[in-house]
Amino acid sequence: MSINATLLIQMIAFVLLIWFVNKVLWAPLSKLMEDRQKKIADGLSAAEKGKHELELAEQKAKEVLKDAKTQAQNVLSQAEKRGSEIVEDAKVKAAEEADRIKASAQAEIEQEVSRAREGLRKEVASIAISGAEEILKKEVDAATHNDMLETLVKSI
Amino acid sequence: MAEKMGTVEYIQHHLTNNTIGEGFWTFNVDTIVVSALLGALIIFVAARLGKQLETGTPGGFQNFVESILDFVATNVRDAFPGHNPLIAPLALTIFIWVWLMNFMDLIPVDLLPLLFQMVTGDSHAYLKVVPTTDLNTTLAMSVTVFALILFYNIKIKGVWGFTKMFLFHPFGKFFIPVNIVMTFIEEISKPLSLALRLFGNMFAGELVFLLIALIGGTLAVGAAALFWAPLQVLLDLGWLIFHLLVITLQAFIFMVLTIVYLGMAHDEGH
Repeated sequence: MSINATLLIQMIAFVLLIWFVNKVLWAPLSKLMEDRQKKIADGLSAAEKGKHELELAEQKAKEVLKDAKTQAQNVLSQAEKRGSEIVEDAKVKAAEEADRIKASAQAEIEQEVSRAREGLRKEVASIAISGAEEILKKEVDAATHNDMLETLVKSI
Repeated sequence: MAEKMGTVEYIQHHLTNNTIGEGFWTFNVDTIVVSALLGALIIFVAARLGKQLETGTPGGFQNFVESILDFVATNVRDAFPGHNPLIAPLALTIFIWVWLMNFMDLIPVDLLPLLFQMVTGDSHAYLKVVPTTDLNTTLAMSVTVFALILFYNIKIKGVWGFTKMFLFHPFGKFFIPVNIVMTFIEEISKPLSLALRLFGNMFAGELVFLLIALIGGTLAVGAAALFWAPLQVLLDLGWLIFHLLVITLQAFIFMVLTIVYLGMAHDEGH
């Protein structure tokens, strides 16, 4: 019932027990609990970050899709325009070509006509000369009357 | 046993320590052994738990220990300003150890002494199983806490700051002698109230258990036992349940006051 040396023993026991409890119970377990708390906080923030990133990615995907659509529209309309241009071009070219061919054909025809006329003229002239020769016989010297004949030929 | 000796002897027998030595150098063997065994139990269980700690999914017992730790840590955070890595383990040790020592009170009062008497073969061998009903244990803890209070008072406030606390507190510089006496009483009452509160509660609780045990022992003779024995069981159960609250509350109070006192020692403005 009275205070005695037990007090000293109990003090030593108490101090030792504090040391042991800190070493085997408090330190490892509180560290573990802190670690867990940190892990949970990290996990939560990571999840939050992931959610945010997903939102961003979705938004980006939407934008990309929209871009692609407008681009496709552009390409399509451009192609259409280009197609009609080509058709138009071809039409013009074809018309020109036709005109050209017609013109050259015309020219050829004219040439052919004039050449034929020339041939005829010459043949008529020679026929006329030979006729005159036959008529006049030696009176008409080809050399002397050449000039006169030439003008005659031309006038035909 | 109670029939063989009188009521007073019965109670006195139960409240006497098993001792070795003379005078001051008396050792209360039962107190020392029981408290040391309980301390060893804490360390043993903690070490076993430490080998299978789980970070992710703690099992039942680890959850239980973690909730105690959390409880203690919350109390330290609330009542203790600043940071000192010693306070929380100290508070935890007090809470668990005092609770376990108090818990010895809930073991039927005659069970362990009878076992001890059978083992030793001495039918009058003393055994007082509740270490906290021994003033030596409670005083040992409160004196250790007091030593820490003094240490941190001097460490934080300096020798001059600590002296100033005695000189100018609580009535200012014109009442220095009164202040010294007042502060001295205030400081010395801390370990004394800590020790005596716990000791008184546990001693009284033990005494009530002894008195309840006496009902069955001295009054239940012959046919009267039919009435007294059930009453004893009923009373014992009631007091046991109530006392379960008391031992927890006392362990908690000892812990919280320790934290508060040490917090005051760390408070520079005081």
